[in-house]
Amino acid sequence: MNRFAELLDRLVLTPSRNGKLTLLTDYFRSVEDPDRGLALAAITGDLNIAAVKPAMLRALVVERMDPVLFGYSYDYVGDLAETVSLVWPQPQGHIPNHVPTLAEVVARLQAASRSDGPRVLARLLDDASISARFAIIKLVTGGLRIGVSARLAKQALADLGQVDVAEIEELWHGLAPPYTDLFAWLEGRAEKPRSAALALFRPVMLSNAVDDNDLEKLDPTDYAAEWKWDGIRVQAVCEGGVRRLYSRTGDDVSGAFPDLAAAMNFEAALDGELLVGDPREATGTFSDLQQRLNRKSVSPKIQQQYPAFMRCYDALQIDGEDLRALPFAERRKRLEAFVGTLDPSRFDLSPLVAFSDWETLERLRQAPPHPIIEGVMLKRWDSPYLAGRPKGPWFKWKRDPHTIDAVLMYAQRGHGKRSSFYSDYTFGVWSGPEGSEELVPVGKAYFGFTDEELREIDKYVRDNTIERFGPVRSVRADRRNGLVLEVAFEGLNRSTRHKSGVAMRFPRISRLRWDKPAAEADRIETLQALLDS
Amino acid sequence: MFKAMRASDLLKPRPEGLYCPPGDFFIDPVRPVGRALITHGHSDHARSGHRSVLATQETLDIMGLRYGEDFAGTTQAAALGETLDIDGVAVTFRPAGHVLGSAQICVEHGGMRIVASGDYKRQKDATCLPFEPIPCDVFITEATFGLPVFRHPPDHEEIARVLKSAAQFPERSHLIGAYALGKAQRVMRLLRDAGYDRPIYIHGALAKLSEYYQSQGIDLGRLEPATVESRGKADFAGAIVVGPPSAFADRWARRFPDPISCFASGWMRIRQRAKQGGVELPLIISDHADWDELIITIKETGAEEIWVTHGREEALVRWCELEGIAARPLHLVGYEDEGD
Repeated sequence: MNRFAELLDRLVLTPSRNGKLTLLTDYFRSVEDPDRGLALAAITGDLNIAAVKPAMLRALVVERMDPVLFGYSYDYVGDLAETVSLVWPQPQGHIPNHVPTLAEVVARLQAASRSDGPRVLARLLDDASISARFAIIKLVTGGLRIGVSARLAKQALADLGQVDVAEIEELWHGLAPPYTDLFAWLEGRAEKPRSAALALFRPVMLSNAVDDNDLEKLDPTDYAAEWKWDGIRVQAVCEGGVRRLYSRTGDDVSGAFPDLAAAMNFEAALDGELLVGDPREATGTFSDLQQRLNRKSVSPKIQQQYPAFMRCYDALQIDGEDLRALPFAERRKRLEAFVGTLDPSRFDLSPLVAFSDWETLERLRQAPPHPIIEGVMLKRWDSPYLAGRPKGPWFKWKRDPHTIDAVLMYAQRGHGKRSSFYSDYTFGVWSGPEGSEELVPVGKAYFGFTDEELREIDKYVRDNTIERFGPVRSVRADRRNGLVLEVAFEGLNRSTRHKSGVAMRFPRISRLRWDKPAAEADRIETLQALLDS
Repeated sequence: MFKAMRASDLLKPRPEGLYCPPGDFFIDPVRPVGRALITHGHSDHARSGHRSVLATQETLDIMGLRYGEDFAGTTQAAALGETLDIDGVAVTFRPAGHVLGSAQICVEHGGMRIVASGDYKRQKDATCLPFEPIPCDVFITEATFGLPVFRHPPDHEEIARVLKSAAQFPERSHLIGAYALGKAQRVMRLLRDAGYDRPIYIHGALAKLSEYYQSQGIDLGRLEPATVESRGKADFAGAIVVGPPSAFADRWARRFPDPISCFASGWMRIRQRAKQGGVELPLIISDHADWDELIITIKETGAEEIWVTHGREEALVRWCELEGIAARPLHLVGYEDEGD
């Protein structure tokens, strides 16, 4: 238990991806079964433990200590799980003679009934160290929130076994905690687990961005073109009555889209884009799609207002036949015939875009027929469906990004290599009537600049600081003083969380405008116009 | 028992600090005064410019290193455990376990005994003498970590985490932020006690005090300046560097390869504190008493009354009330937590 607790403590505070991977692989390498597999399940969200409500936790602790002292403590710390882990009084004279393993903790929690759950939890907390108490409370309150995605955990497994992460993703849904056979294979002690489970995820094929000189080397007749839809990449797999909708990283998202899952009554594995609306009438915008994302449960009203559908563009398997080795042209033919048999309110085909030369396609790309199109996809007619991101067969050719000139307002220190640099920038644009303009923050960016530019901005921040709060500095920014940043971004959403009412997608610094006076930076109206277009 | 003297007549807060009217002296005054008794060398307790200073020899030495030899008009070294008479007031210095030279000051007059403990801790520390509980009528305690959430783990466990991380990330350097007086030397000594025998690189701000600790027989092993300009980045791969916390946000830190920032402080108990400071490896090592140490110490002194100063007074006062011990906050101004 203590090693798991220590892992969580480190992961929470380690910002870099590589640092997290090292911590995870070291843990998986040094901890034995079944603890490591249970830790993995806790991280990927595959561990089932009956939840304990915060009110119950609070009740348990105030039975054991003065409520006033608990109140002072909670006010100071601000996080219930952390406060309880710190203040939990060990019973008088109680010295645990055994530190329970993660497996023992999980077993005791899973065996607890609803009525004796709190008592079992209290006993576990009595026996645990502070860090372990925090980990146990995280397990029972649901959601570790340690900044590690299931995908990252799988990458750590791939690093451990020196295999491609696609292999882990393909296996994943046929496995169950504590994953003993998976670890045995990764450590070279056993064969790769063969799964009898149905409707498994197939690792997806990804594309490369078109670079400046790519197209002149390519023959347009070798490639099919499609619109690039700005939805969610999904894979719909139905096999022997098992239906699964997967994200591009193999997470099962069926639960979030019950309306679409209900229409999956076929035997196939299809690749496509999840969008909202009715494909026969109108496709919703990205803002519409957002109504369906990151929700724990979806009300019938939302499902009705924003019905989910799938715009299909590839077929990996149909009626038990694996099509992945066939050329794209052949798969496309099978797909067209197959999609015609499905519920037309839930499935349609991503149309091909006819073009004869790159100039024609460029014109189409610049003026797409729908706001949710973010460019075009190019796919070689003869390409098989390959896992990963092979260079050559598939390209994405995105619409040029939007740019805006904004003024640097706040800078925050980075982490790791950048911990002595102010490298995260909050920028704003002008708002308000002439003569009393004010900067309103519209976004935050932490890449897009070179190392040399980073040094220059860092010096500017240090020389122009007007206030400090922890790792953040407020930078001089008014009509006469300020650093103008050209910010590139992919799109704009309405936002009620930001004072400016807008949220940028994928913002990055594209140029430093040392030459431009702060007063000439853009106004909020420029962004609002983009929102309405 | 009859007391010829009320506690509040023996010691009382004044804007300059805690004042003893019958002895006409101040304890840890924050402004220049005629006669100052000083518990330890941290700058919020030990200021320059007093006419006369009474403190342990180590504290006097430390003040000299920090402020220059003319930091006071006259100085007198107080030997630990020896009682001095100051205008009829009996004054005894006893170890506080906070940093090298730190002392509690026991003040006695007319049958009333008050102990001003300054800053203290109970965890053992190889760089200073351990705290000695003194039976008294009134105990003046600090409350820097006066909340039940502050529980300091054993310091060797914290140091083990740095060494484990250094083994896990051999290509990176570990920068340990630690205050220049006390904490830094304790961290170095803990590294040595844990068997770390490579050179420890130190920021220039630690050099004088670390040298002084070594001269007092506290072995810190081989220390090398981390300020050599000719040293390449790669030379610091796998290195452990100790410096004042403020230096790590500074351009100074750029000479190290992909550093992992560590901070040795009792505040690191709270995750959000670590997160806000950009600390990747918090080390909960404190020179102040944690909650459990505070309440054990209060009980051990047997004091009937507790005065609580700098820190989170309200929780400790509440605890005393629940225990039936009279307690009140002593509103002294000017003390920060330089030592943590």
